Amino acid sequence: MFIFTKLDVPTDNLIEIRDVSFAYRERPILKGINLTMPRGKVIAIMGGSGSGKTTLLRLIGGQLRPDQGEVRVDGKIIHQLKLAELYQMRRKMGMLFQFGALFTDMSVFENVAFQMREHTDLSAEMIHDLVLLKLQAVGLRGAQSLMPHELSGGMARRVALARAIALDPMLIMYDEPFTGLDPISMGVIGNLIRRLTDALGLTSILVTHDIEKSLQIVDYIYFISNGVVEAEGTPDQIRASKLPFVHQFVHAEEDGPVPFHYPAPDYASDLGLSRLP
Amino acid sequence: MERAALDFWVGLFVMAGFAALMGLALKVSNTNGFGNSSSYRVEASFDNIGSLKVNAPIKSAGVVVGRVSKIRFDNKTFQADVTLKLDSRYAFPKDTSASIMTSGLLGEQYLALDAGGDSKNLVNGDKIRLTQSAVVLENLISQFLYSKASDTPKNNSNQGAATALPGTHP
Amino acid sequence: MKSPKQNIITRIGHGSIDGIWSLGVIARFLMQIVLRSGTSLRRFSLVIREIYASGVRSLIIIVVSGLFVGMVLALQGYQTLETYGSEQSLGILVALSLVRELGPVVSALLFASRAGSAITAEVGLMKTTEQLQAMEMMAVDPVARIVAPRFWGGVISMPLLAAIFSMVGVYGGYLIGVVLLGVDEGAFWSQMQSAVSLRQDVLNGVIKSIVFGFAVTTIALFEGYDSMPTAEGISRATTRTVVNSSLAILALDFVLTAFMFKGM
Repeated sequence: MFIFTKLDVPTDNLIEIRDVSFAYRERPILKGINLTMPRGKVIAIMGGSGSGKTTLLRLIGGQLRPDQGEVRVDGKIIHQLKLAELYQMRRKMGMLFQFGALFTDMSVFENVAFQMREHTDLSAEMIHDLVLLKLQAVGLRGAQSLMPHELSGGMARRVALARAIALDPMLIMYDEPFTGLDPISMGVIGNLIRRLTDALGLTSILVTHDIEKSLQIVDYIYFISNGVVEAEGTPDQIRASKLPFVHQFVHAEEDGPVPFHYPAPDYASDLGLSRLP
Repeated sequence: MERAALDFWVGLFVMAGFAALMGLALKVSNTNGFGNSSSYRVEASFDNIGSLKVNAPIKSAGVVVGRVSKIRFDNKTFQADVTLKLDSRYAFPKDTSASIMTSGLLGEQYLALDAGGDSKNLVNGDKIRLTQSAVVLENLISQFLYSKASDTPKNNSNQGAATALPGTHP
Repeated sequence: MKSPKQNIITRIGHGSIDGIWSLGVIARFLMQIVLRSGTSLRRFSLVIREIYASGVRSLIIIVVSGLFVGMVLALQGYQTLETYGSEQSLGILVALSLVRELGPVVSALLFASRAGSAITAEVGLMKTTEQLQAMEMMAVDPVARIVAPRFWGGVISMPLLAAIFSMVGVYGGYLIGVVLLGVDEGAFWSQMQSAVSLRQDVLNGVIKSIVFGFAVTTIALFEGYDSMPTAEGISRATTRTVVNSSLAILALDFVLTAFMFKGM
């Protein structure tokens, strides 16, 4: 496997994933994968559908246990934490789900205020000001009294982003933040991710298969395929890569190292042609 | 929904629920199942109690004054021993008589008390001496027919039926 | 090849094991809810919201059904009692049927299809749209924050609804019996009072409705929480809630009745 030059700040890694394997029942998803994610960067995890990207986020968030290996976040091994410690750790993480996952029975304001009400003893005025601050950051202060079903897909994701940064986390995970968005909304979300990461000094992990957008905003990219890291590098390195897998992905070619066909017996024999003379 | 409106409706609902429970307790039901502090028990033996049941009312002058609390068969006297639970608001003379009556022709059976003239009253654990058993319809009819058959020449059936009624036991 | 006989036995065995298994899973779920109810009790406004959702919103159907059940009971009972000339006992018939059986059972069945299905659909949708996972990632326990308040809301609402149902039903019977068919008003109420016992009948009815409240809300929440995170999964879970809670209500009713009234 070809490996690009290591990132130049290996000393302060927020997340270290060492030799992690994970399987759903009998189906292996991750096979001894290794990743490091330094603080203050936007890191993209890319790969085809079903390559285990979302599983990786769940492992970091402690929602799944690795079968083997360890996931360290901020120096602590996630799957060895007690429940209370895990919840303490999760307060420092934000997660943006694929379609926002806003609480449908609460207004935009209440959605953003949710964690503040659950985890802090802040006064009502304080929460009010903080929520407006977060909503202002995503440009939706005017939408505070709307209900989630009144929002467009892009707006819902921006509200979810405001909710994710509500308690100023050290890490935000984005699960397919660009799926199903128009180009304008996509640009807005992409720029917000970059801006918030820089302004708040947090670390962002982006799980996506939108290569173009990612190349514009991220600092480092991991390609995952078949449960291992297939390639990694900065956007410039990726663009220049001659690696067949990366090339296929960047240029969206139909067939290549990621085959078009699901593994199957020989076509001719499946049709029964081999029996013919 | 506004918090205040929510609280209002839930408050109203809970009040309606408790009002319904109170209604069931006060208007629909009686509190007979509860306690026996304000009652006293007396015994009475009958040759035949008919279809008297536990919890049947005990009436005096048509007013419910208590309930039958226990019925058992005495294997020595071959009589039915009935325990009466009487409300302690009502006191009855020692020589009060107890009889088993039927409300209506086919209605439920109850125990009727006829107050006597003794100066002393019944107290807890006393036994009522004067009892009258239940009228068993079949006996009544067969005795009536029997006496009617023997009285046919005199054509005096009414008296025959009256004498066929079971007598009073001392 | 298995013989057909073996197949039947295998299937019965399989069904029994499955049944006991799911009973165990539901019991454990119930235990989890009770253990993690601290949040609900500390922030009672969460429970009040759910009392509104499952109690207040079921009120109309409960009142209307109660009224009609009471009226039908009076009509039917009158026809029969009249034959024996004891239409004075109409009050007893209406009140006893409602307080002992129909009140708790019918209101619980209505509650299962009105509030139970809503709870399942709501929780199932929250699961499907990853709201429960999002909550977990925000270090908020969804069982404590979403499930437990709904549980207590349902458990508190159920006996109140059953009491309202019975009371409205008795007045429905009064309306038909006394106002329409001319049963003596005094006899109607006094006969009812002398025959219905607070402890034997009313209290046992309330106990029944409390048990049904526990059963229906637990099943509804379990089906929602356990549903497949798809549109089809939610619809199936909702159906299962109504079917399973109805069966549970009827089975529990039989067991409770056998215990409560066996001496009478």
